Amino acid sequence: MKVIFQLIIKRIGLSIITLLIVSAVVFFIANLLPGDAAQEMLGQSATPEAVAELREAYGLNDPPLLRYAKWLGGLVSGDAGTSLANARPVSELISARLSQSLMLAGFTAVLAVPFAMVLGIVAAMYSGSRIDKAMNIFTLSMVAVPEFLLATIFVLVFAVELNWLPSLSYIPADAGVNDYFRAFAMPVATLCIVLSAQMARMTRAAVLEQLSQPYVEMALLKGSPLSRAVLRHALPNAVGPIVNAVALSLSYLLGGVVIVEVIFNYPGVASLMVDAVTNRDMPLLQACAMLFCTGYLILVLIADISAIVANPKLRTGG
Amino acid sequence: MKVIKSMPLSGKLGALLVVFWVFIAIFGPWLAPHSASEIVAYDVFEPIGGDYVLGTDYIGRDVFSRLLDGTRFTIFIPLLAAALACSAGTLIALFSAVSGPRTDEVIARFMDALISIPSKIFSLVMIAAFGSSVPLLLTITAVSYMPGSFRIARALAVNVANMDFVTVARTRGESRLYLAVKEILPNILHPMLADFGLRFVFVVLLLSSLSFLGLGVQPPEADLGSLVRENISGLAEGAPAVIIPAIAIATITIAVNLLIDSLRGGATYAARGK
Amino acid sequence: MTAHVNVDKLRVEAGPVGQATTIVHDVSFSLQRGEVLALIGESGSGKTTIALSLLGYARPGCRITGGAVNVGDDNMAAMSAAQLAGVRGRKVAYVAQSAAAAFNPSRRIMDQVVESALMHGVMSRSQAEAKAIDLFKQLSLPSPQTIGRRYPHEVSGGQLQRLMAAMALICEPELIIFDEPTTALDVTTQVDVLKAFKAVVKAYNTTAVYVSHDLAVVAQIADQILVLQSGKMMEKNTTDIILNDAEHAYTRQLLSAVQDSDTFQDNVPGEVVIDVANIEAGYGKITKEGKPGIPILSDISMRVRRGQTVGIIGESGSGKSTFARVIAGLLPAATGTMLLNNKELPPAIVNRSKAECQHIQMVFQNADTALNPAHKVGDILGRPLTFFHGLTGTARKQRVAELLELVKLPADLADRKCGALSGGQKQRINLARALAAEPSVILCDEVTSALDTVVAAAILELLGELQSKLNIAIVFISHDISTVKSLCDEIMVLYKGKTVQYTSGKQFARGPYEPYTELLLSSVPTLDPTWLDSRQSRA
Repeated sequence: MKVIFQLIIKRIGLSIITLLIVSAVVFFIANLLPGDAAQEMLGQSATPEAVAELREAYGLNDPPLLRYAKWLGGLVSGDAGTSLANARPVSELISARLSQSLMLAGFTAVLAVPFAMVLGIVAAMYSGSRIDKAMNIFTLSMVAVPEFLLATIFVLVFAVELNWLPSLSYIPADAGVNDYFRAFAMPVATLCIVLSAQMARMTRAAVLEQLSQPYVEMALLKGSPLSRAVLRHALPNAVGPIVNAVALSLSYLLGGVVIVEVIFNYPGVASLMVDAVTNRDMPLLQACAMLFCTGYLILVLIADISAIVANPKLRTGG
Repeated sequence: MKVIKSMPLSGKLGALLVVFWVFIAIFGPWLAPHSASEIVAYDVFEPIGGDYVLGTDYIGRDVFSRLLDGTRFTIFIPLLAAALACSAGTLIALFSAVSGPRTDEVIARFMDALISIPSKIFSLVMIAAFGSSVPLLLTITAVSYMPGSFRIARALAVNVANMDFVTVARTRGESRLYLAVKEILPNILHPMLADFGLRFVFVVLLLSSLSFLGLGVQPPEADLGSLVRENISGLAEGAPAVIIPAIAIATITIAVNLLIDSLRGGATYAARGK
Repeated sequence: MTAHVNVDKLRVEAGPVGQATTIVHDVSFSLQRGEVLALIGESGSGKTTIALSLLGYARPGCRITGGAVNVGDDNMAAMSAAQLAGVRGRKVAYVAQSAAAAFNPSRRIMDQVVESALMHGVMSRSQAEAKAIDLFKQLSLPSPQTIGRRYPHEVSGGQLQRLMAAMALICEPELIIFDEPTTALDVTTQVDVLKAFKAVVKAYNTTAVYVSHDLAVVAQIADQILVLQSGKMMEKNTTDIILNDAEHAYTRQLLSAVQDSDTFQDNVPGEVVIDVANIEAGYGKITKEGKPGIPILSDISMRVRRGQTVGIIGESGSGKSTFARVIAGLLPAATGTMLLNNKELPPAIVNRSKAECQHIQMVFQNADTALNPAHKVGDILGRPLTFFHGLTGTARKQRVAELLELVKLPADLADRKCGALSGGQKQRINLARALAAEPSVILCDEVTSALDTVVAAAILELLGELQSKLNIAIVFISHDISTVKSLCDEIMVLYKGKTVQYTSGKQFARGPYEPYTELLLSSVPTLDPTWLDSRQSRA
C-alpha cells in the first residue's frame, strides 16, 4: 500500500511541475511578444499619456518575471485579472459559462464512454471478422472527419430538412427536459461520434493486446468460453490502458468543444475563449487556456493513478 | 506496386484519393475555369449542375474554381508542418535515446508539458498573440504536433537502443552520432513514416478548424476550411458551397487514414490530436 | 483393452486458406489409460501443435484440417466450440510452458486454480478449495493453506509451475498435456518440479502427453517417446528402446547431443590476456564504502590466457551476464582492477581507447537481436573492419568474404539482410563480427542457449576450431553445465554474485566439488530413466 501511495504522490508532484511549465509557456507567449496591450486597447489614436496611464494601471511596466509571479499568484487565489474587452473580472466571466461547458462535456462523456467500450470490446472479441472490419473502416473515417462537417450535416438534416431541432442551442430560463434535449441533441451527438470512434479504437487495441497473452489461451484451455475469457480474464488487465484511452479521448473533447460551441452558438467557456482571441483579450484568454490545460492534466492524472491502482504488483506492494 | 496490390479495397481507395488530391493541390490553380476571386454570377448559392459545376458561393464566385485554388493550402501547409513536426520529433528523440538518463529525463519532462497544452488551445493563444498568417500557422501546427511525434519516436528509439546490436556497437566504442543515425534510425524510420501520415491528418483537421473559426488562412487567400466558414449562411438552403468543401476535407483525411491503416495492417491508432 | 487416446492421421495447416503450409503431417499414435507419451523434437517440429490438438485447439492462424483426435469417446477435432468448452479443463487439461505468463496477473492464484472446477460445476467452491489445498500438499508446495491467496507475481517460478499443475488437476482430468513445463526453470528447480509432476500423474492414473526438447528430462517421466522433425513422425517406441536402441538416424543424432562425454580441455596456457581482480559491481548509488547500492557481483577474480577458454556457470540471478558487461565496460565496476594484455583497463567504456575496445568483443545469446535487421550482412561485418582497421572498398569486401568463409558461410550472404537467415547462420555472423575486430578475447554470453541442440553442437565445434586457428581467449558464459564442462579449460561457478568454485577443467571433471557445485551437477538429468527416482528430494 505504501508503495502505491508514494507513487501517487510522486505522480501528483509531476503534474504540478508540468502545470507550472504550461503556465509559463502560456503566459510568456501571450505577454512578452510583440504588440503593446495598452496601445492595442486604446487604438492608434490614443495619446501617449493615456497609454502610459493604462500601462501603469495594468502593471505592464513591471519586469516580466514579476508579472508572471503576480499572475500565477492571482490564478491560485482565484483572481484571474480583469477582462480587457469589457472590464469585468475574468473569474466572473468564466464561472458564468463553466457549468454550461461542463454539462456539455459531461453529457457527451456519459453517452460516449459506455458506447465506445462496448464497441471496442466487441470488435476485439471478433477481431478479423466482418463486424470488426466494418467497425474499423467506420471508426477510422469518423476520427478523420472534422467536427464542423458532422455539425453541418446534422443541421442540414435535423434543422433544415426535418425541422425537428433548432440550429442554435438556446436554453431558455424556464427550461424543461424537452428544452434541454433540444439544445443538447446536436452538439452532444457531434462530439459523441468523433469521441467514441477514437475511444473504441483504443479500447479494441488494449483488449486485443491482452487477448494475445498466454493466460487468455490458458483460460480457453481450461474450458472457459470466449466471452468469459474476454470479460473475466482479459478485461481486468486492460483496465489501465482503457482508462488511459478514455482520458486521452476526453482531453480531446476539450478541443472539440471549441468548434461545437461556436457552431451551435452554445454559451460555454470555449466560445468565450474564441471571442477572447478575436478581441485580443489576453487576461481572459490566458485564464481560459489554463482552465483547459488543467482539465487535460487532471484527466491524464486520473488515468495514470487508475493504472497504478489497477496493477496488482503495486497493489500488493511486491 | 506489390504493396498496393496486397492492400485491402479500402486501402486502394485511400491511395487513389490521396493521389487525386495531391494532383489537385499541385495543378488545381491551372485547371480552374475561373479566377478564384472573380465574381462570375449575379446569383449566389447556385446549386450543383447549373452553369457552374459546383454552383456559386455567397457573393457569386465559382465554387469549383475556389475549391481547386484552396486545396493547395489544405494539403501543403499540413504536409510541411507534419514533415517539420516528425523530423524534429525524431531527431530530438534520437538525441534523447543516446544521451544519459538525466538529459533524457529533462527533455521528456518538457515534452510532457508541451503535450498537455491541447493543440487547439495552443493555436488560439498563439494566434491571439501574433495574429494569423501562413508562416505562423505552419509554426503553430508544427510545434503543437512535435511533442507527440517525439513521444512515439522516443518509445521506438529506446526499444531499439536496448537491443543487443546497439550494445555491440557501443562496446566497439562507436560515437553517439553513429549509434543514433546508423544503428537506431533505420529501424524506426518505417513506423515514423506512418506517424507522419497521421500527423498530416491531425494538422489538416486543426488547420481547417482554425480557418472555420476565421482564425486560420486569411482572406483573400482561402483554404477549404475558410470556404466552409464564408459560406455557412448558405447552410439553411443546403448550398453546395458549404457542403462540398467540408466533404472535400473529409475525403482527404479519411483517405490518408485508410491508406496508413492498410499499410500498417490495422495496427493501433494514436490518440487524435496528440 | 481399447486405447484411451487415439490420434489418427492428424493434419494441421497454418496460414491463409489457399496458401496454407502443412505443419503437422498425418501423425498417428495411441495411448492406454495412465500412460505417459513424450513428444520430442526441436523448434518447428510441430510438437506443441500436436499436443494442443488433443484439446481440440489450434493457435490463431492454424487449423486442424484432417484426421481424428479421440480422447475416450470424444473426437476433439470434430467438436463445436461449446462442446469443447465443456470438455477442456474437465476431461483434458493443459500445463503451459511459462507459468509466469499463463497465470492471469490480476487475479489471485486460488481463483484461477479452482476456476475450471466451478465453471464445469463439478464441485462447490469450498470443495474445490479443499481439493486445491490437497493438491498443493501433494505437489509439495510451501504453506499450502495460504499460498492460494497470493498473486502470481508473489511466488517463485518453480512454485508457479507446480501451481499450474494443481490448476490442471483440479477436475481430475483423464488426460493432461504438459507443454515444456520445466524449460524456463533453472536445473536445481527443475528436479523438484519433475518429481512433483511424476508423482501426481501416477497417483491419479492420468494419461499424459509431455512435450519437450530435452531427451534426458523425458527419459525420467515417459513410457513412450515419439520423435518429430518438421511436423513428421520419425520414430515412436517405448522409452527403453528409444534410449538404447534407436532406429532412426535423427533420434541418434539427438541422443548424441545429450550424451555426457567425459572429455575435458586442458590447453597449454599462453600469456595472460585478461586479468580481473576483486571486482565489485552493481547498480544504484555508490555507498560510503565504495560499494554499489544494489550489489550484483562481489569479489570476483578471473584470469584468462591466450588460447584458453574460461567457462562461467550459474543459474538465473547468479550475475554471470553482469560479469560480461563489467568486462566489456558497459557496467563499470565500482572497485577492483582489470588488466588487458598487462595494461590497466579503465572500468567504463567511455574512458577506453579504440584499441582497448577492439581487443574485447562480445557475442550475445540471441542472434535475432544482436544483428541490426536494417543492415546487410556485408555492412555488419564490414563496420568493425572500417572502424578498427580502416579497411574500405575492395579490401574490405575481400576481408568480409574471408570472414564468412571462416565461419563456413557462403560469400554471397554479404549482400543479404539477416532477417531471412536461420538461427544458426545468424549466430555464425554474430561470431564473425566479433572476429572481424581481431580481438584478444571474446565474451560469449549464452551463445548456444537459443539454438536447437544439433545446431548448437555445430556452433560449439566451430568455436573450438576458431580458437585453435586464431589462438584467442574466450570467456564462455552459460547455464548449461555439460557444455561448459566439455569446452572449457577453466571453470568458475557463480552463485548470487559470488565465486563458489574456480578450478581447471581437469579438476572439474573429477571433483571434489563445493556443495553448490555438487548440487548443480547432480541436478542435470541424465538419460538413465531411474535417475529422477534415485535422487533425494532437496526440500
